[in-house]
Parts: sequence; structure tokens; C-alpha cells
Amino acid sequence: MRPTVRFLSDQLIEQIIAEARQLLCKLGVEIHNDTVLALLGDHSARIDNSAQRAYFTPDIIDRSLQAAPDSFRLYNSLGNEAVDLSDMNVNFTPGSSAINILDHESQHSRRPTSKDYVKYTKLMASLEHIASQSTAMVPGDVHEMISDSYRLYLSLMFCEKPVVTGAFTIEAFEIMKELQLAVRGSEKELAERPLTMFSCCPTAPLKWSNVTSQNLIDCARYSIPVEYISMPLSGFMAPITLVGSLVQHTAETLSGLAISQLTNPGTPVLYGGSPAVFDVRYETTPMGDIGTMMMDCAYSEIGKHLGLPTQAYIGLSDAKLLDAQAGFETSMGATLAALSGINNVSGPGMLDFESCFSLEKLVLDNEICGMVKRMVGGIEPKEDFPSLPRFEELLREGHLLISEHTMKYLKEEVYLPGPTIDRANRSRWQEEGSRTLGERAAEQVETMVAQHQPVGLSDTVLSDLTSLMEAEARRHGMSRLPEIR
Amino acid sequence: MDTLQRLSENMQKGNADQVARLTQQAIDEGCEPKTILDDALVGGMAVVGEKFKKHEIFLPHVLLAAKAMHAGMDLLKPLLVKDGIPTIGKVVTGTVQGDLHDIGKNLVGIMLKGAGFDVIDLGRDVSPEKFLDAAVSEKANVIGMSALLTTTMPVMKKVIALAHERNVRNQLKFIVGGAPMSKEYAQEIGADAYCYDAVSAVESVKRFMGAH
Ligand code: B12
Repeated sequence: MRPTVRFLSDQLIEQIIAEARQLLCKLGVEIHNDTVLALLGDHSARIDNSAQRAYFTPDIIDRSLQAAPDSFRLYNSLGNEAVDLSDMNVNFTPGSSAINILDHESQHSRRPTSKDYVKYTKLMASLEHIASQSTAMVPGDVHEMISDSYRLYLSLMFCEKPVVTGAFTIEAFEIMKELQLAVRGSEKELAERPLTMFSCCPTAPLKWSNVTSQNLIDCARYSIPVEYISMPLSGFMAPITLVGSLVQHTAETLSGLAISQLTNPGTPVLYGGSPAVFDVRYETTPMGDIGTMMMDCAYSEIGKHLGLPTQAYIGLSDAKLLDAQAGFETSMGATLAALSGINNVSGPGMLDFESCFSLEKLVLDNEICGMVKRMVGGIEPKEDFPSLPRFEELLREGHLLISEHTMKYLKEEVYLPGPTIDRANRSRWQEEGSRTLGERAAEQVETMVAQHQPVGLSDTVLSDLTSLMEAEARRHGMSRLPEIR
Repeated sequence: MDTLQRLSENMQKGNADQVARLTQQAIDEGCEPKTILDDALVGGMAVVGEKFKKHEIFLPHVLLAAKAMHAGMDLLKPLLVKDGIPTIGKVVTGTVQGDLHDIGKNLVGIMLKGAGFDVIDLGRDVSPEKFLDAAVSEKANVIGMSALLTTTMPVMKKVIALAHERNVRNQLKFIVGGAPMSKEYAQEIGADAYCYDAVSAVESVKRFMGAH
């Protein structure tokens, strides 16, 4: 049996959805994009152009829900399946777009450079339990107008895993699409084998900005998957109650779904989000808050009820260092996410309200992901019945260490973590230098990065990617890209 | 208990109706409007700010107190204007061009208003020209800029450069905030203060206005 957790009854889910639909139809959504307003108008939504407001209809919502696929897959840069976003499958991806990196040497946070980013993508190639990479940090040493596309470029150059990403402007979509076409060869190939997924955020409450709603349309046109990232902030930009915030989240997400599906019926989407409880003492949006995590799991239940695959920013921490708080908030989130069957879990590596990334934490979190994936594998009999022969064997041999049964199921049954997790007895731990978690993780980072192998893309594709990126950099006045080799 | 003290206490508790009533009472009793403002209202908000910092009260209580303060301010404003007493300070706020994050900036605006400052909010996606046009035409003392994206924070530098260009840098103070900002960056671009939250923003503006 796969272990699961539920926070909402079916009845409550249906009530929340009904309320959200009513908000969409009665209150409408403010959309700062004429193309989107026209699109909704074409499908009989009432449009108040002066207020930039669209009043949805039940028909629009139903049709979008029918059109949206209940699952899809992401493929790596070589075209092989890498992420299965269906049913209760759980996949992890690093937190995205950090402003800073936690520098292991100094233990201070600072702006990431291209070099940090390359180290990150090389590391990602080795992390077994994190299925996709994300554009996890924003390098500070390139022109700000290319800082979104440049991350995607570096990711494709050094790691084959699919990329969870996003654009900061409308214009950036073009180059980010071109980079993907360079890898896949054609629009058809790209649509059939999605390589990236874009995060697109509505603005609380019930609003879409010009940029993010245009990103939705542009992605849909190329069947590039998107994840809707609605962020109700409970008690501030949303009702204080979790139910009230969920109503808002549902409405905002359904409005995004409509924009995507009316643009291109069947385009792949994830029912996602990054809600947070607002901390009324520090004026912050804690991702490690238990209410935040409960909302994530609950809206995933709503998404599944609507027949959609889901995503959440969960399994990350607000701590500033790789400390116990970082560990417990991340583990708690990752565990809950896995039990909820959230299909794409964005979190590993992230600290400080989604603003600081740590490579050492990423290595630790890879272990957390491994453990929770083992957990959802559940407890199943494996040649355990009848049990008599096995116990006879144990009594006869005095141990089962080399039993055939042990050899067959050792790897499957026991999750053995990497060297970052301390499992030595005290004497051995002391003899090996009494090292802290941070030190072990840092060593593991270096080991894994050193093992990095070039990606399997052809030299032609690699040089196409570089030419595209260089041209984009020149367009913004950078004569050349930072040295990355 | 004297009226001003009761006024201050009611304001701290967020009792807007009482604040309006007691402000009127104080005026009727012949208190100087400026004294009512400084001693009861602004003084009371300082206590609120302190309590908030110590987690004795939370943000909603601060906003309630701020709202109550305005019930009193509405009555005092015409009298202060008549007495020729300048407002305690005017701040132009906005999120810089290209950036749509406005939650933090709005919170800063609410708290500044709560502390008695006039706030002209230019909204989001504000160009350097718009910041300076507004600051000059409104005769503002302070410009408060917000940026939440690493890609938009360089706009702040442009705003300050434009202030130099237009020869108004000396008559303006610049405060900046938002997730990618830091004290160092604020210094680098020549801002007067970096504020990590709304309370510290109020403190900075108070400091500037005291020095004015
Ligand atoms: C909420 C949020 C959003 C909301 C914003 C809603 C709104 N109306 O503002 C939405 C969903 C719309 C959004 C959109 C995007 N976001 Co956003 N967002 C956030 C989030 C999670 C919280 C920000 C927030 O409101 N915090 C709560 C408030 C109260 O705090 P605050 O803003 O920090 O403000 C306080 C202080 O900073 C200070 N302060 C702030 N401003 C000012 C101004 C002055 C004058 C002073 C004195 C002080 C001051 O006082 C405030 C009160 O305490 C941050 C994460 C983070 N760590 O900040 C990401 C974050 C800022 N977003 C990010 C990104 C990438 C985006 C998008 C580009 C995503 C996308 N692809 O669509 C778009 C941006 C589009 C655009 N062009 O602007 C990144 C930035 C990465 C980077 N390197 O720049 C972050 C860090 C998250 C992440 N890791 O991905 N976002």
C-alpha cells in the first residue's frame, strides 16, 4: 500500500471549488494583457476593458478542465523520459531563482556567479533523487536582461536533466524557446518531448500581470508545460484561514488554466503554487511554516480531484545556514509532499524564503528525497510468506547476511544514504575527523562535481546554443559571456 | 487621567471612534494641535512600534493603531495647516520599473502613514522620471524605492543619478528595500538608507526628518 495523507474531505474540496468558481464568475479576474482579455472575450467571458477585468463563465472553466491532460512527461536533453508527472508519482526539483548563494567557505550569502551556476548544474547531473534541474540561481555577472535565459543556457550546456524554469520578462521567452529548439531540432519534437517547464505566477488577489499571462500564452503556443504558481499570503493578501486561502488559490489557478487551455487545448500544465502563511511578527512569508505546508498538500488534493497533475514549493527552509532548522523544515515538507503525491516538488537546496541557494544543502536534500521516495514505496511483502523457511534458515545459519533473500532485496528494501549522512559509530566518526554535516556535504559537492561528464549533446548543438546565447548577450550590450570552462 | 494620555492609549488599542472623540475633546480643551499630534498620536505610535518589535503585539494591531491615528489626524490636519505647521514629512514610494512586487512596498507605505507621514504611492513599475517628477511636484522629502528582482534593482541607481542630473539630490533622501537589496548595495548606489522592514523604514524617515 502506498502511504498517503489527506487534509480535505471530498465534500470540503467540492465546496472550495464551487466557491472559487463563483469568485471567477461573479468577481472576475484583473488581467493586464489585452491579448488574454480578447481571448477570454472570444469565449464569451464578459470583459470590462476599462477595468481590465474578465468575468469567467462556468463553460470556460469546464472546457479548460476537460482539455487539460491528466498527466505528462518531461524528457532530458537527449530525448529520454526523465520525469513522469502522473498519478501519485513524486519527483523532486531544486528550488528556483535564488537571489543569493550560501558560500560554503565564508558561510555568508552572496550573489551567485556563472561559475557557481556551472558548479550547480554539474552537481545536479549526479544527484540521483532529484529528477529535474531548475534554474536555481540568478547569476549576477551577466546583464540583467539575459539573467533568466542565461541560466537555461548554462543548464543545457552541463546537465542533461529537464529544466524547471521561468522568464522574468515577455521578451526573454523568445530566446528561451530558441535554446530549446536548438536542442530538440523542431517545434514538433519539442511539443512531443517537453524539455522545460515554466513557472507562471498570478498576483494575489485574483490578478494576472502582463508579463506572466503573456508567458502563459507563449508557452501554450509551443506546448511548453507550465506550472501555475499562485501565492495567497494568508492573513495579508488572502483570508487568514487555510480554507479561505485555498478558495483564492483555486480561483487563481483555474484562471491560469483557462488562459492556457483556451490558447492551446491540451497543453500540459501543473496545478501548482507557493502559498504562505504571513508571519505577522517579522513581515515575512515563511515556507517552513506548518500552515504553508498544509496548504500545499491541500491544494494538491484539490488539483488531483480536478484531474490534474500537481506541483508545490515545499521541502525548503527559511533558515539562513545549513542548520537543524534547515534540516527539519525541509524534511517535514518533503515527507508531507511525498505522502500527498505532489507530482513535482520544488524545494531542494533552498533557504531563506526562496532567496538563498546552498549546494551543500542540495546534497543533503538529495538524501532526504531518497528517503521519502523509499517511504512512499511503502511496505510490501517480498517473498515473505510463508515465513517459516526463512526463519529456519536464520536459525540454521545464525544470520541472514548472505541469504539469497537478503541479496535479492537489500537494495530495494534498505535506502542507503550517501556519505553526507552520518551512520558511523562514534569512534569511527572521531577517527575520520569528527566532521560536521556541513563539512561532509561540502566534500560530497566537490567529489560529485569532479566526476562530471560532458553532456551527450552533439558539438553542433552545443555550439548552436552558444551562438544563440552570445547573440542575445550582444543584443544587450555584452560583447562576450563570462568564462565558464 | 488627562485627555492626551487617554487619547494615546486608545490609539494604541486601535479604538478609532474614541480617538476621534478624544482628539476633539483635546482641541476643545484648548490643547495646541501640534502638541496633540506629537505627544498623543506620534508618541503613541512610537510605543506601538516598540511593542511590535518586541513581539508583544503583531502587525494587525499596528495597522489598527495606525488607522485609529488617522481618525485623529483627520481632525488635526486642517488646524495644523491653518497654524502654518508643516507636515512631519512627505514620502514618495514606488516599486521600480520592470518590477511588479508591491506587497512589501505597500506595507512600508501603510506604516509610514501610520507614523504620521504623508505618503504618495506611485504603484509598481515606476520609471526614474516618474519618481522624480512626483517628488519635485509634491515637494517630497524622501523617495522610497522597492525592488524584489535582481534584474530590476539597478533601476534604483538610475533614479538617484537622475536626481543628481536634475540638481535635486540634496533636497531628497533615498530609502530602499526589497529581498535582493543590502546595506552594501544601498551604499554603492548612493542611497541614504537600506531598510529591511517597514518598522526600520519608519525609523529611518523619522531620523531624516529630525535632522531636517
Ligand atoms: C509574493 C511574491 C511574488 C508575487 C508578488 C505579488 C505582489 N503583489 O507583490 C508574484 C506571484 C506576483 C511574484 C511574481 C514574480 N516573482 Co516573486 N516573489 C514573491 C515572494 C515569494 C515574496 C515577496 C513578498 O511579498 N514578501 C513579503 C513582503 C512583506 O516582504 P518584502 O517584499 O521583502 O518587503 C519587506 C522588505 O523587503 C522591505 N521593503 C520592501 N520594499 C521596500 C521599499 C522601501 C522604500 C523600504 C524602505 C523597504 C522595503 O520592507 C518590507 C516589509 O517588511 C518572493 C520571495 C522573497 N524571498 O522575497 C519572490 C521573488 C522575489 N520572486 C521572484 C521571481 C523570479 C518572480 C517572477 C519573475 C516569477 C515569474 N517568472 O513569473 C515574477 C516577477 C514578475 C515581475 N516582473 O515583477 C524571485 C526573484 C529572483 C531574483 N533573483 O530576482 C523571488 C526571490 C522568489 C524566487 N526565488 O523565485 N512574486
